[in-house]
Amino acid sequence: MDGRAASAASVESIFREEHGRLLGSLVRRFGDLDLAEEVAAEAIEAALTHWPVDGVPARPGAWLLTTARRKAVDRLRRDQVYAARLAILQVEADRADPVPSADAGAELPDERLQLFFTCAHPALPAEDRGALTLRCLAGLTTGEVARAYLVPAATMAQRIVRAKKKIREARIPFRVPGADELPARLPGVLSVLYSIFTEGYAASSGPELQRLDLAEEAIRLARILHRLLPGQREVTGLLALMLLVHARRAARTGPAGEVVLLADQDRSRWDQVLIEEGQRLVVSALTGGPAGQYGVQAAIAALHDEAADVESTDWPQIVALYDVLVKIAPSPVVALNRAAAVAMRDGPAVGLALLDGLAAEPKLRGYHLYPLARADLLERLGRLAEAADAYRQALELVGNETERAHLRHRLVAVEGKIDHGP
Amino acid sequence: MKYMLLMFSGDPAQEPQCTVEDWVAFEKEMKAAGIWVSGHALADLTTATTVQVSASGERTITDGPFAETREVLGGYDIIDVPNLDVALEWAARCPGSRDGGAVVVRPVADFGS
Repeated sequence: MDGRAASAASVESIFREEHGRLLGSLVRRFGDLDLAEEVAAEAIEAALTHWPVDGVPARPGAWLLTTARRKAVDRLRRDQVYAARLAILQVEADRADPVPSADAGAELPDERLQLFFTCAHPALPAEDRGALTLRCLAGLTTGEVARAYLVPAATMAQRIVRAKKKIREARIPFRVPGADELPARLPGVLSVLYSIFTEGYAASSGPELQRLDLAEEAIRLARILHRLLPGQREVTGLLALMLLVHARRAARTGPAGEVVLLADQDRSRWDQVLIEEGQRLVVSALTGGPAGQYGVQAAIAALHDEAADVESTDWPQIVALYDVLVKIAPSPVVALNRAAAVAMRDGPAVGLALLDGLAAEPKLRGYHLYPLARADLLERLGRLAEAADAYRQALELVGNETERAHLRHRLVAVEGKIDHGP
Repeated sequence: MKYMLLMFSGDPAQEPQCTVEDWVAFEKEMKAAGIWVSGHALADLTTATTVQVSASGERTITDGPFAETREVLGGYDIIDVPNLDVALEWAARCPGSRDGGAVVVRPVADFGS
């Protein structure tokens, strides 16, 4: 790698690191997400021109912010509509926070937390919150966000434009909720990050089982949030959960990208560094008050991660944690996972009875993991014809190609056993 | 920034918990906070009349509309508050958001004034 390429790579990583912070500062100063995005892009463009020649400044973040601010002020001056507003904005902004010079020693304020709450605001459509978070905080382009959610770029562009329009015109504020509101608003932010992560863990459609780029982006954002809100135990719990689950990524697929079930995974390929980090975090997520849902899920993931194999996994403890989860965050999916854990502790017949009790849950009706869990237990009970039916139901619902191939494989295996006797 | 709070009534079969006093108190609160711009409760839906004028200028006047659904607009308030979060806070205090009812918050368009 020559010097120029090396600097291009480091410049790229600087932009990724600084993008959310830059955007946060600009939105707070100018109160307009569109304007902030445009001048942030211009500042980055200017950096791409100047830095390779003049070298990367000592405080690249301050350099980008100063440049972007100047561009925003120029733009507002040219724009009649904004002229009056600019006078107010400038006076307020300068009084609150004088322009930092590029080599000033003071720390830049970090306004990414405000941005997290704006992007995850409950007044925005749920499906747009993740997209907006990836766009504004992770600094992904609209095209990259579209690829992340496997929708056409034009569709994603429309959705982002519509969401930004609502932020601007309905005046969704750019602020961190007060201590009294935080318990109500933080779960929304966490669920946005978790939904980005789960889409990366098991893509809801497309050819690949995992979207590692998405999972890693979610972890990166969770790390930022954890730094910004170190005292919030559920943030710690969510980060721990992601790390403990992501630690298994290399073992979850085989050489051809096929699904490898937990029982069959080569556990020496699990990422011990992530596991240890996750275990440390899970301890602080579970101490100092009642456990939250992410902390409990992280504790379950930690028990899987520390077991030598499926047989020696502490299933009674896992069931006990699911019992807690059912109380604090009841949902049909949690009940489904609990039933699977009970089956490991008490045998497939007990688990199956619990699953059959969930048959009427509308939320599980379109969820391929429900018939799959039934198929698995029916197969273990030797009820092969019923198992085959359940595999067929799961196949109708699955959206991911790798999972579909895995299900087909298992269906064929069961049909083979029916034909040739057990 | 002005927002309109549109109050939609809930299921008429459900016994309302909110009283007339709650509504009076809500109006007083808004006025005391200095955010209330205007607002009215609407008369019963059975008194509604619809007017339509065709391209040829022909006027049609019909009785109704009567609710196909339970979502009946019962009244509105316009408030002037700094941002959507504050508007949502007031909407949540409105008795119309209880008893199965809902308050829809719409920013009033500002054409560059």
